[in-house]
Amino acid sequence: MEYISLFVKSIFVDNMIFAYFLGMCSYLAVSKNVKTANGLGLAVIFVLLCTLPLNWLLNTYVLQPGALQWLGPQFAEVDLSFLSFIVFIAVIAAFVQLVEMIVEKFLPSLYSSLGIYLPLIAVNCAILGGSLFMQQRDFTGIGEPLVYALGSGIGWYLAIVALAAIREKMSYCNVPKPLKGIGITFITVGLMGMAFMIFMGIQL
Amino acid sequence: MAQKLKETILNPILKGNPITVLVLGICSALAVTVQLKGALVMALSVIAVTGLSSLVCSLLRNTIPNRVRIIVQLVVVAMMVILVDQILKAGEGTYAIDKQLSVYIGLIITNCIVMGRIEAFALGNKPIPSLLDGIANGLGYGLILVIVAFFRELLGSGTLFGFRVLPEAYVPNNLVILPPFALILLGCIIWVHRAIDKDLQEN
Repeated sequence: MEYISLFVKSIFVDNMIFAYFLGMCSYLAVSKNVKTANGLGLAVIFVLLCTLPLNWLLNTYVLQPGALQWLGPQFAEVDLSFLSFIVFIAVIAAFVQLVEMIVEKFLPSLYSSLGIYLPLIAVNCAILGGSLFMQQRDFTGIGEPLVYALGSGIGWYLAIVALAAIREKMSYCNVPKPLKGIGITFITVGLMGMAFMIFMGIQL
Repeated sequence: MAQKLKETILNPILKGNPITVLVLGICSALAVTVQLKGALVMALSVIAVTGLSSLVCSLLRNTIPNRVRIIVQLVVVAMMVILVDQILKAGEGTYAIDKQLSVYIGLIITNCIVMGRIEAFALGNKPIPSLLDGIANGLGYGLILVIVAFFRELLGSGTLFGFRVLPEAYVPNNLVILPPFALILLGCIIWVHRAIDKDLQEN
């Protein structure tokens, strides 16, 4: 039951884009048409799903204050949490590079549709942000970070596909010249964010 | 030479502003702008990180192998961000702000401005211009951050830097504090910027 609640919450209430603005850069840059948005969204779900539990394991068994206790009692005082940024980003960057090489070698058709987005993802705030929020939330057990990763990935995916669909339609609209392009996109995202605000405060 | 340096510094603040023109580093620009104080600290942190990591990457530019350069750059940037974060945590007045900025200080690592400037400028230029380019881009980013935060704090709570500016009778507009309004405000800033500078308009 808790899993379902966490899942729904991370998709709608704590939506990565509309509640925290994470992954905004690629969100705005790659949402010109639905097809590419689809590819990037799927890649984000996949990378989030793999790196977040990995970072959770590292955080619980290496980085947290007192996490190194399993090595012996003399390590109980060690606090490596100041290293977490560098560890998380190294895991993410290494994972992305690894996936890129594997996909390029074994699944060329997938690579041609997804491959160009993979390097973009290493510096997507949504991925690192997911790991940093995970650190703040004190998840227990590996299940919760997995569900959280899946939920926030799907939330990001929904947001980017929705925006891409709106932008495709908007290209036929008569927008004031200085607002054309990125300006009107910002305002659209703002209005979408307001619509998503209705989920705020929902208790599950 | 002096002309070129001047351009390096001025261009990112106006014509090539990282936020309103290049649309980089939006995530943090929106989330930390509820109050001016937080926005200012964030702006200074980003200036420090962009400047220093551009400098270091420029010094290393001939030794980094091309295939793994992204990871090397990320490690350099992450180191600078850890330094900034630890300094903020250590300062007496800044600890509360660090708590308030929460994950967004850490997210400077993936702020596209930092990586973008390293890729586009620092890897092909000498250390000193790279340092200046990094600082100037940080300034361009900080400028927008402060403008957005100014309006959001003024209209959202009637204060500036925590001091009351508008009379007590002013009813704070809660919509301004909510995240979506930051996007709309930024859209309006872009509107004004492009209305003044017609070269930037898209067809």
